[in-house]
Amino acid sequence: MADPHGVEPVARRRFLTRISLALGAGAAALAAIPAVAYVIGPAMKRDVELWRDVGPVEKFEVGSTVQVIIDSPAATDWAGVSERMGAWLRRVNATDFVAFSINCTHLGCPVRWMATANLFMCPCHGGVFYADGRVAAGPPEQPLAHHAVRVSAGRVEVSTRPIPIIS
Amino acid sequence: MGTARRQAERLAQWFDRRLGLAGPLRAIVKHKVPPDTGWGYVFGSATLAAFLLQVVTGTALATIYVPAAGSAYQSLEFISHQAFMGGLVRALHYFGASAMIILVGLHAIRVFVTGSYKFPREVNWISGVMLLGLTLFMGFTGQVLRWDQDGVWSTVVAAEQAGRVPFIGHALGTFILAGGHIGTATLSHMFAYHVFVVPALIGGVIALHLYLVLHHGISAPPKVGQPVDPATETARYERLIDETGVPFWPDAAWRDALFTFLVILLVFGVAVLLGPKPLGKPPDPSIIQAQPRPDWYLLWYFAVLAELPHGTEKVLIWMMPLVAGAVLLLLPVVFGRGERHVRRRPWAIPVVAAIVTTVGVFWRLGVLAPWSPDFDAPALPPSVVASSDSLVIRGAGLFHTRACENCHLVGGFGGRRGPDLTTAGDRMSGAEIVQWIENGGYNMPAFSEVLTSAQVDALRAFLVSRHAEAAR
Repeated sequence: MADPHGVEPVARRRFLTRISLALGAGAAALAAIPAVAYVIGPAMKRDVELWRDVGPVEKFEVGSTVQVIIDSPAATDWAGVSERMGAWLRRVNATDFVAFSINCTHLGCPVRWMATANLFMCPCHGGVFYADGRVAAGPPEQPLAHHAVRVSAGRVEVSTRPIPIIS
Repeated sequence: MGTARRQAERLAQWFDRRLGLAGPLRAIVKHKVPPDTGWGYVFGSATLAAFLLQVVTGTALATIYVPAAGSAYQSLEFISHQAFMGGLVRALHYFGASAMIILVGLHAIRVFVTGSYKFPREVNWISGVMLLGLTLFMGFTGQVLRWDQDGVWSTVVAAEQAGRVPFIGHALGTFILAGGHIGTATLSHMFAYHVFVVPALIGGVIALHLYLVLHHGISAPPKVGQPVDPATETARYERLIDETGVPFWPDAAWRDALFTFLVILLVFGVAVLLGPKPLGKPPDPSIIQAQPRPDWYLLWYFAVLAELPHGTEKVLIWMMPLVAGAVLLLLPVVFGRGERHVRRRPWAIPVVAAIVTTVGVFWRLGVLAPWSPDFDAPALPPSVVASSDSLVIRGAGLFHTRACENCHLVGGFGGRRGPDLTTAGDRMSGAEIVQWIENGGYNMPAFSEVLTSAQVDALRAFLVSRHAEAAR
């Protein structure tokens, strides 16, 4: 059959097929790329660690471990109590502090400090840690993660750190 | 009467000439099925009904639920206690989810036992496995949307499991948390997955699944000595349907309708009787008084994670779900032909029994959670200590304060992580007891790190004094 454009119909159809597929893919990509990037955005954002004041140095007794509660770095007006995070702060001596992540290194459950026993215990699968964060017993294989601590103008500051994802 | 009916018919004709749906719908509803399908074939339609119940109740919940980290908990309290019918709708959604998970399982077991996944229905099975996975994902995200303490910690536990995947683990874990912390984005992401993304996927895969059921026809009940041969199976099935087939509606569908009605009635009854699952503590990750537990259908897996052999966890934690998924997906590809009847597949029933038993055993363990320390164990009462020896009494005190009791029972008090020490004095010498206390074991800390030798001695004296006759 004669083609008004003078092009062989089979070649023309093949061209139109390909161009339609390419245009469809292009339109889909224009819609999908920003949407997918938006969804994974919070996960890709580099986590900033912020210093949070937890009180004057003299509030903490040498040799004792206490829970401190700080705001996580991404606190928003609509986050409520969900953006609080806990840490275990230990005053080692007159000048030194150490802070442990609350998350067990097995599956992330919140470990509890047993003050009279000098041990951290996990309520989920029975992980136990010594006062210095080393594994004492149970499934965990890594010591408790640390928060950075510093003393600034007589006040103790604990850094917000991401939940340690053990890999 | 006669004219009204004629008018109705004319109206129906008017629509059908424009929609053209009557023919195809009648063909679908009346399509021929094997005559003797029976009661084993009712689980698929009941699963679909449970899914529809979830769509209806979930949509209703979404009209009041607030998917913001700071308000979700309060909005759920409002739904449960103040919204008109709110408690009932929440309960229907919770028990509807339970029903859907049970029915998906029963449906899969039936299809496996009757060998219905074989040629030409391999993709029916594969799409069914995808629906099983998506259903479990809905269960998990739904539990997170409850956004109480368990919801928060379930998310962290899931992120930690994903973290063990090689190379991409950290990215996956961070993606599940939607950032480095629990917070605003965590809940609203889960909400979008639970309410938009996954239901749309489930709807799509259900469409494929149902299309395939119609396209291939429902499998005939298997007969001994009638192996599936791809060369002849389709023609054989068509001949069977031509010769003996009965219309799906109502010959087979009445059973689906009755069973589905009973399932929905049961869900409704349980929902009215038990009400919605109570909310736990508020979603504050700094509250350390937590006992994170998944909902019942994942409780068995919680136990699996506790019982993984030391050192294997890093690999098994991501390998197990991967292998389970791969085995299920590949099943019809590998065993796509041959005998369908269980009498010619002697391993079929034992495999199902082994899986059901394993899940059952771990589920029971998950309920008891003997590895979790008992944080509420009270100090041992004098009646249990039953001694006037000051060293023994001192040891009994240390047994409580030094956290021995969190994991060991004495006279019915304490945890169950370690051995019951009620009769420790009958089983071990003082020297052995000291050795255990000082060195610990895999599940027990080495207490030489935290106890003085005088304290160890008091504990020894206390434990040596534990005898069977004293316990009575």
